[in-house]
Amino acid sequence: MSVVRKILEKHSQPKRETLIPILQEIQEELGYLSREAICEVGEKLNLSASKIYGVATFYNQFRFEKAGLYEIQVCRGTACHVKGSASVLEALKQELQIEPGGTTRDGLFNLEVVACIGACSLAPVIAVNGEFHAGVSPDSIKEILNTYRERVVENDQGK
Amino acid sequence: MTKANNFNITVEPRNPDKFYFYIGTGTCGLGAGAGKTLNAINDYVAKNDIDAEVVEVGCIGYCAAEPIVEVEMPGRGRIGFAKVKGEDVESLLTQTLAGDIETERAIYQFRDDKRKAYDNVLFIDEHPFFSPQTRIVLKNCGLIDPSSIEEYVAAGGYESLTKVVQTLTPAELCDVVESSGLRGRGGGGFSTGKKWKFAQASGADQKYLICNADEGDPGAFMDRAVIEGDPHRLLEGMAIASYAIGATKAYIYIRAEYPLAIKRLEKAIKQAVHHGILGKNILDSGFELQIVIKKGAGAFVCGEETALIHSIEGKRGMPRPRPPYPAVQGLFDKPTIINNVETLANLAEIINIGADKYSAFGTKTSKGTKVFALSGNVKNAGLIEVAMGTTIRQIIFDIGGGIEKDRKFKAVQIGGPSGGCIPAQHLDIEIDYETLKTVGAMMGSGGMVVMDENTCMVDLAKFFMDFIQRESCGKCIPCREGTRRMLEILKRISSGHRTETGYDALQRFKGVMSMQKLANVIKDTSLCGLGQTAPNPVLSTLRWFKDEYEMHIYERKCPAGVCVELLNYRINEEKCKGCTLCVKKCPVGAIKGAKKSPHYIVEEKCIGCGSCVEACPFNAIEVE
Amino acid sequence: MVTIEVNGRQIEALKSHTLLEALRRDGIDIPTLCHIEGLAPSGACRMCVVEVEGANGLVPSCAYPVQEGMKVKTHSPRVMEARKTIIELLLANHPDDCLYCARNDNCELQSLAALFGVRERVYKGDRNVHQIDSSSPSIVRDPNKCVLCGRCVRVCEEIQGVSAIDFINRGSKATVGTAFDQGLNVSSCIKCGQCILACPTGALHEQSYVGDIIDALKDPEKMVVVQHAPAISVTLAEEFGLKAGTDVCSLMTGVLRMLGFERVFDTSFSADLTIMEEGSELVHRLKNKGVLPMMTSCSPGWIKYVEQFYPEFIPNLSTCKSPQQMLGAVTKSFFAEREKIDPKKIYSVAIMPCTAKKFEAQRPEMGNSGISDIDAVLTTRELAELIRYFGIDMQKAQPSAADTPFGMRSSAGKLFGVSGGVMEAAIRSAYFLVTGNELQEIEVKQVRGLDSVKETKVDIDGIELGVAVVSGLNNAKKLLEQIKAGRDDLHFIEVMTCPGGCIAGGGQPLNADKKAIQARMKAIYKIDSNDAIRTSHGNEAVKRLYAEYLGEPLGEKSHQLLHTYYAKRDVIK
Repeated sequence: MSVVRKILEKHSQPKRETLIPILQEIQEELGYLSREAICEVGEKLNLSASKIYGVATFYNQFRFEKAGLYEIQVCRGTACHVKGSASVLEALKQELQIEPGGTTRDGLFNLEVVACIGACSLAPVIAVNGEFHAGVSPDSIKEILNTYRERVVENDQGK
Repeated sequence: MTKANNFNITVEPRNPDKFYFYIGTGTCGLGAGAGKTLNAINDYVAKNDIDAEVVEVGCIGYCAAEPIVEVEMPGRGRIGFAKVKGEDVESLLTQTLAGDIETERAIYQFRDDKRKAYDNVLFIDEHPFFSPQTRIVLKNCGLIDPSSIEEYVAAGGYESLTKVVQTLTPAELCDVVESSGLRGRGGGGFSTGKKWKFAQASGADQKYLICNADEGDPGAFMDRAVIEGDPHRLLEGMAIASYAIGATKAYIYIRAEYPLAIKRLEKAIKQAVHHGILGKNILDSGFELQIVIKKGAGAFVCGEETALIHSIEGKRGMPRPRPPYPAVQGLFDKPTIINNVETLANLAEIINIGADKYSAFGTKTSKGTKVFALSGNVKNAGLIEVAMGTTIRQIIFDIGGGIEKDRKFKAVQIGGPSGGCIPAQHLDIEIDYETLKTVGAMMGSGGMVVMDENTCMVDLAKFFMDFIQRESCGKCIPCREGTRRMLEILKRISSGHRTETGYDALQRFKGVMSMQKLANVIKDTSLCGLGQTAPNPVLSTLRWFKDEYEMHIYERKCPAGVCVELLNYRINEEKCKGCTLCVKKCPVGAIKGAKKSPHYIVEEKCIGCGSCVEACPFNAIEVE
Repeated sequence: MVTIEVNGRQIEALKSHTLLEALRRDGIDIPTLCHIEGLAPSGACRMCVVEVEGANGLVPSCAYPVQEGMKVKTHSPRVMEARKTIIELLLANHPDDCLYCARNDNCELQSLAALFGVRERVYKGDRNVHQIDSSSPSIVRDPNKCVLCGRCVRVCEEIQGVSAIDFINRGSKATVGTAFDQGLNVSSCIKCGQCILACPTGALHEQSYVGDIIDALKDPEKMVVVQHAPAISVTLAEEFGLKAGTDVCSLMTGVLRMLGFERVFDTSFSADLTIMEEGSELVHRLKNKGVLPMMTSCSPGWIKYVEQFYPEFIPNLSTCKSPQQMLGAVTKSFFAEREKIDPKKIYSVAIMPCTAKKFEAQRPEMGNSGISDIDAVLTTRELAELIRYFGIDMQKAQPSAADTPFGMRSSAGKLFGVSGGVMEAAIRSAYFLVTGNELQEIEVKQVRGLDSVKETKVDIDGIELGVAVVSGLNNAKKLLEQIKAGRDDLHFIEVMTCPGGCIAGGGQPLNADKKAIQARMKAIYKIDSNDAIRTSHGNEAVKRLYAEYLGEPLGEKSHQLLHTYYAKRDVIK
């Protein structure tokens, strides 16, 4: 059974209000919202694809292409801004050679900008797959990324 | 000796012969490395075979000192240590257990009549970070294990709910809350009791309560910390509010970016259902309540009530015109009350101490306390709660410990993108809904970002406009198009003087001229609160830092040195050794000169990126 | 009734009214962009803001209830500056290409800019740049000109139940678009063009074939023939400033001749032909326990709707081609043979109130041995454009009558232009086909009028038929759902895609309000009541066509030329 079918079946009485949770679960599983997934959800909830696409594109969370192995969220909240998150973002763009919303060519990282992670006392903050890194600077970026690159290598060797 | 409460939750008191290690593992603690510290403590306990319990607590608010580890051992009071990294655990615990504490690391100790206090360690109520605070909402945060309903009950939890359903009618409860003076902590500051009465009076077959935990304000993390640190306090508040308005179903709309808070809530709800605190016929009163978590999908505008409702309904989070107000026609067209986390987290204590006692805190029109997320260029960043009427100066300089690196204070931003900046001359203003408005700020949800002299206020205004125009839902024209044009005007002010043509300069001045009008129209005509307050960051910086704007506009200079395109670089001939490092770094080839003799910068070519400054080992490049 | 004070004057207002309704009722003109009469207010454009004493900020009058004693200022300096600024803001993100725009001179944004005296681009900055979507044979979408009023989105969803388009993205990046930003041609769009009628600017307009026709008209090798749909003659006049509901049938025929069309045919003729076929089909289904209820097939938007959303109802659709296609088919067969002309040399043009007809004409099955029935379809608006292009003064044209063999019509055929018209014409003829007698009460009042759902029972020789007439596909959807749920008292259903029928079609003159639509409808009924031949089976030209060429309704030739088939359609829906 497809991932989407499974998720849809979990929601015993799919109604309009279950749309966003369903999309969230699909993205959790697939890493993104595929066209097929959106159409399938539409069929089940009796909603047009344009409507679902409209809802999904409204929210920051949803993406429509495959994500990287690691999602880097750069906090651009006020505290982080005051403490230099703009240059951190610049450094990440340089290092990864992608713009926010993009995925690196090796499929390792995708870069996202978030309004505020809510960890202002640690500013400036980035989160990699939910792991927070506090007080980062343009100089410390490379080191952080390298720990994740190493993890991939380790995992590969572990296989 | 065990004790059971009305919900048959058995509470075991702490064992005086056991060791307890507490560690703050909120998001902020984990970010500071508490995960490793926790592992190290567990390892230590196992290795040394200590009869100990390791308790994970929420954030006590003193984030600057994270990771914080507290130790409570037989015969001795509970003592807290700052900045305990994983590698510090072994020596710290060995020493402490031997009765010899590291006083530099010890920050505070709790008062305990039955145990011996430590010498030379401040009691928490004497500590400058904690002593000016009044903790109602944060009462349990950092003290109890948030994943244990028993600990919440041991701290007096769910007694207020019991009292409410057993002794008060919904109408009476609304009266109590109204007389307490509690006002919405999410922004507008409308009387909570009054708001409830609209829904309470309705005879609709179904009503809803929504807890707004979509804390989207950049610079705010109060809701996250409260939920992570004391989730049952929120649930109790929600149950009380639902009882008051007659809601049988309540939603918590929480940001998906708060995974830990969501986890804690899920667990707390499960526990509450298990013990009959939620569900059907609560305490035989006939009161019924189901609480559902809805994860936001990332849209700041969903903090607006009608947008939030649309989002729960599975739609684009676009606001709709009011009236009808949600209290009359809200979620699924039923009467709906939306309160934010902090508002709801106040309720248990209001019932507990009584409306009169509660309203004794604060000022004439603003009662109780307010939680603030203190961050930015302040020494003690963290989460604090003060009685209304406390001054901004007390918060920043007493609790916050002043400005980082002892730089000069410039301004404090309160209320996020809807709020404003308060400059040095108004530091003595009191925290009060009305007073804050007089200086162009607002209470907002409680983000408080401190800025030092190195912050550019035009840049800050630009930051907020950029945020707002990205987060505008795009529905109404003034907000969608207007904020975008305001951002462009600010960008023109702060960029590109080297390449500017006469035409550009004209556009820049035209922009400046139309800024005030544009701001007024956006305020006056936007559909929802987001648009109506969108110009505030610009208006308030313009009000207090007009000189700085003028420097940008007329002299094309950024006094704080933030707007890079307005910076001028010059090489000090005496300091320059002609090492050519800067030449190599310059991305546009703007630096010329022979090897081993002083270089110079070709101003027409320079883009002001500042690479040369970083590259120069002799500090020969001067910026103005 | 409540009394409110407006600009210092007391006016009366209905308690249930919004402020906007109250003000307009009193004759005060309040500009709007996102408002649609009859639908819930969206409050998006903020053009209708007014000052209300005691309110926080300006309030949108479209969404604000009237309250006794409220004090309102509708044109104060504060209000006017706000409205002007809003227009200036819209223009800042709008291409300055009015000269080249399909809606030049007929654009709400342009009028408002003029009204507020906007004389320069005030905010010069970035503009969003979008690709123009011209993938559909019917509708062109130019998001660059979109002001995001949402009228098209609401009409597509709330009136037509299609939702091919919706708001996409957020903030200044928001657009109106299809699912996955794909072309309209692969979307669930049914091409009805109601969105074009709703659009205040040039963001939505029909795919124009005016150029093709100008080329064809000057091609000496081609015989260019034209047909005009029943609903054209009662609406064309509006394009030239005449009152809604003015019938210009003979003038228009004269104009079409002046334009160079060699033959002018009347689609109402083939509407009569349709009735003969469809009426016979209904009788056949009734007698032979065929699939019921039978549903009409004249409205191509509806056909596409069934094919993509309710393929299970395809067997219920009448197999009859629409009048446009029938006329096209007999033109390139019977007429070509009679005139001894190679059908390939005939260029067949249809003037239609409809954008979906452009799509219908291009359906691959709508032709015979590689020759399509219809070569180009023009909307009423495009016809007006063509007339202006050739500098013809409509009112000074020579009146003329349509050409044989497809020029004669009954007024029953003319009724096809209004919702309920096909049903009424069918009842008149079905009664005759079954009983051999003419219906006593020839006007079937129960199926007349602008109501979106009309139902009645018809007694034909002791057989009671349940009939329903719906327009606006959201209403059709509800009916289909009822039938799916087991409703079985209906035998014949007329569905027209556009609310009110073809008189309010997506190809009709813009800016028609409800009153104008009513006037158009009245004009059709007036033609019917004054006509000598009021039944399709009474049309001598139709009889002759059967006698000389087709044989009998549902006969072999008819099947080959006048009937078609449908299939489940895969679209992004």
